[in-house]
Amino acid sequence: MSKQTIVEYATRLGDDALILGHRLSEWCSNGPFLEEDIATINTSLDYIGRARMFLSYAAELEGAGRTEDDLAYTRDCRDFKNLLINELPRGDFAFTTVRQFLVDAFNLFFFEALVGSTDTQLAAIAAKSVKESRYHLRRSRDWMLRLGDGTEESHRRTQTALDDLWGYTDELFHMDPLESELLDTGVAVDRAAVRLRWEPLVTELIDAATLQLPQPYTLPGGGRQGVHTEHLGHLLAELQFVQRAYPGLQW
Amino acid sequence: MAQRQTEQDLERRFQARVDAEEKIEPKDWMPAAYRKTLIRQISQHAHSEVVGMQPEGNWITRAPSLRRKAVLLAKVQDEAGHGLYLYSAAETLGTTREELVEALHRGKAKYSSIFNYPTLTWADIGAVGWLVDGAAIINQVALQRTSYGPYARAMIRICKEESFHQRQGYEIMLALAKGSAQQKAMAQDALNRFWWPSLMMFGPNDDESPNSAQSMKWKIKRKSNDQLRQEFVDQTVPQIEVLGLELPDPKLRWNEARGHYDFGAIDWEEFYRVIKGNGPCNRQRLQHHIKAERDGDWVREAMRAYEDKRRGREAA
Repeated sequence: MSKQTIVEYATRLGDDALILGHRLSEWCSNGPFLEEDIATINTSLDYIGRARMFLSYAAELEGAGRTEDDLAYTRDCRDFKNLLINELPRGDFAFTTVRQFLVDAFNLFFFEALVGSTDTQLAAIAAKSVKESRYHLRRSRDWMLRLGDGTEESHRRTQTALDDLWGYTDELFHMDPLESELLDTGVAVDRAAVRLRWEPLVTELIDAATLQLPQPYTLPGGGRQGVHTEHLGHLLAELQFVQRAYPGLQW
Repeated sequence: MAQRQTEQDLERRFQARVDAEEKIEPKDWMPAAYRKTLIRQISQHAHSEVVGMQPEGNWITRAPSLRRKAVLLAKVQDEAGHGLYLYSAAETLGTTREELVEALHRGKAKYSSIFNYPTLTWADIGAVGWLVDGAAIINQVALQRTSYGPYARAMIRICKEESFHQRQGYEIMLALAKGSAQQKAMAQDALNRFWWPSLMMFGPNDDESPNSAQSMKWKIKRKSNDQLRQEFVDQTVPQIEVLGLELPDPKLRWNEARGHYDFGAIDWEEFYRVIKGNGPCNRQRLQHHIKAERDGDWVREAMRAYEDKRRGREAA
């Protein structure tokens, strides 16, 4: 196991958090009411915090003098390694809720497993993330129930979001050679094992929210290879604008 | 006649309590005009926190470092929280948040004039934190002693967080002022654009401020608009000097005799244009707020419908 594989692993996890945190932050002042604005910003802040910890660790381990900001602001689309589900535009409140539910549930189980990593730094970040994800999941689960079992309109919107998002969930559980290698040395998480916990929780909640489990389908995932949807480039254009226009400065 | 007597009696006792610096609480008798003034002022204050999320929120997705992004997110989250405190304080006076927001949407309730100015560069986020929150703190520190208990207590809680935001805003300005020539120019430009609008946050001159005398007598207001504005200028000029930026007003200079800074005349025409709805962003800000509410109609309906079903199931 080379140091570089852990750098890559931490970068992936940092990218996932950064990109989803960015999408959530787009809700600022656009929420359905003030309490929700607060909750969404709060969640976004947790994800950005998580991104900073993973990216700082990646940069430090890499030892090339880069910082969290170099990683966030100077890599282009093909170098970002986040999973595609995180970069999809925020859509309506139902889309954001369903995505959050699917990802929060995944993150809770993923980080619970990562707490046992042989890499102490990853384990420490995971321990902090578990606490946050528990809170995030409680919130997104409540909203799934409210929206799924609310009005006809909210039910329809939520079902549509679920159907549109479902094809992206398979990528959450994909193990590539890099992660398999890190799993063998006890650093990484076994995503297949996470799926065994994720599926029953998600299925049960979909049912409790009076929603239908989507017809199974799988979209090609390419996030880990830097093959993204067309949405990421626009997100990065916005995220990186100041650093690109005025490079190499302190802010 | 007897009732009139009682009313006068109540007013006398009310004023005596105010004069003795006792806090007025929600269940206490208060003059109808006192109640109305407070609802107006506290709700405007709440609306300002909420509308104020927009100009800063405008830069969250473009903040130049992850640390700045996190700090800005935390700040905007605090502002939403301040909005909540203030709506709650206003509700103790017998109104509802829904009524207050509706008044805002119909243009019947105002919010601070400053939030009608656009944030065009990252430096504006520094200027807003430093100047706008700085002005707000001067106002709010004075209001910590306001006569209405729930308002005074809200101000005490809010001030602690605002001081933190102001320091962070100043820190952004410092980084820019000590940075590259382009960054310094960006900081200067932000200062130039936000200086006068910040001075306008304190409201019209004392002789043009119709509600002031009564508000001072009731100790809702503890200091006059001009007094507070002067405090702000005196506090801020040395900070501009530390930044090494140019003073944004050619008439700004220390007056030894007064022990204060003298400053140039405010463009009151611009002030009234903005508070009447014709500033650079008034329409945009209001439409944004209305759109967010409309977009959320179905969410709030779903929440109510679910809650009804849940209660129905529990009862069954």
